[in-house]
Amino acid sequence: MHRPGVATTLGRMGTILFFCQWLGNTSFSVGIRESTWLYPVIESVHVLSLCVFVGLLVLWDLRLVGFTLRRVAVSEVWAWLIPWITLGAALMVISGVLLFASDPVRFYGNIFFRLKAVGLVLALINALAFHLGIERRLPEWDTADVTPRAARVAGIASIALWTAIVMTGRFVAYNWFPPLT
Amino acid sequence: MSLFFQWIEQSWLGTSVNNSLWAFAAFEAAHLLALAVIGGAVLVVDLRTLGWVFPGQSVNAVARDARPWLIGSLVAMFVTGVPLMASLAFSKYYFNEAFRLKMYFLGAALLFTFAVRQRVALGDEARANSRIAKAVAVVSVLLWSGVGIMGRGIGFY
Repeated sequence: MHRPGVATTLGRMGTILFFCQWLGNTSFSVGIRESTWLYPVIESVHVLSLCVFVGLLVLWDLRLVGFTLRRVAVSEVWAWLIPWITLGAALMVISGVLLFASDPVRFYGNIFFRLKAVGLVLALINALAFHLGIERRLPEWDTADVTPRAARVAGIASIALWTAIVMTGRFVAYNWFPPLT
Repeated sequence: MSLFFQWIEQSWLGTSVNNSLWAFAAFEAAHLLALAVIGGAVLVVDLRTLGWVFPGQSVNAVARDARPWLIGSLVAMFVTGVPLMASLAFSKYYFNEAFRLKMYFLGAALLFTFAVRQRVALGDEARANSRIAKAVAVVSVLLWSGVGIMGRGIGFY
């Protein structure tokens, strides 16, 4: 059902573009964009927290697949890594939002940025599926020699998705394709 | 040294990467992925040495499990890093202060990791839990952070 309003006159993407244009014109955005050192500092934080976040998340995924820390109970790996993974994720989100805010219209039109956004949504869905699925029966396989198939699939899917997210994230820097509308 | 940088840029490797539209970006993305894996493999052992993760596991056990991922990601870093370096060796990196600093940090980090840190983490368990081992873990994290920061800095310099 269509309701009149900004969303229908501009189209759904038009609303997002409108928001990006507004954000890009705020003094906050202009400040990051025009500062000589702010952008490099924020991006360095983004890259360093990648080591903490993706590095330890992949370690957790590898434990689910059964490739590392096999003698450590799955629940123990989770309990000790999750504070660091959360810290890394928080730094990634904060620095990532600031990077986006520095030039929203360019990022909006960049195909790799959109692919990265899709990858992030899929990674969240995968994590949620694991949480609502096989993780509910974790006590049964916490110290099993071989983790259940569903856990291994979730681990491999997570590694594949984060690989795609990191790579498309890096490609955002290139303007190989004309901006999308 | 400048001759080496000139030679590698004009080599088959350097010119191939330079003449390709996507090769540099692809190697760089893979380099970034390997960086993440190194980050995890280094951090988990140093965090354990500091007593901040897996207190129920020995430092030895964690270091043994992380070792193949550390070595594997270092190999991946090298395999992806050399073509990147070759592509603009003399036109950019030879004169790039961040690149130079990164190489110093990398040399120090590699030397420290394999001559000191791995020996401590994989050696006597009592020593691996000592205060000296904790200092070794801090130095390890700082040296590898230096490599990462300077690596990112190459693009901004």
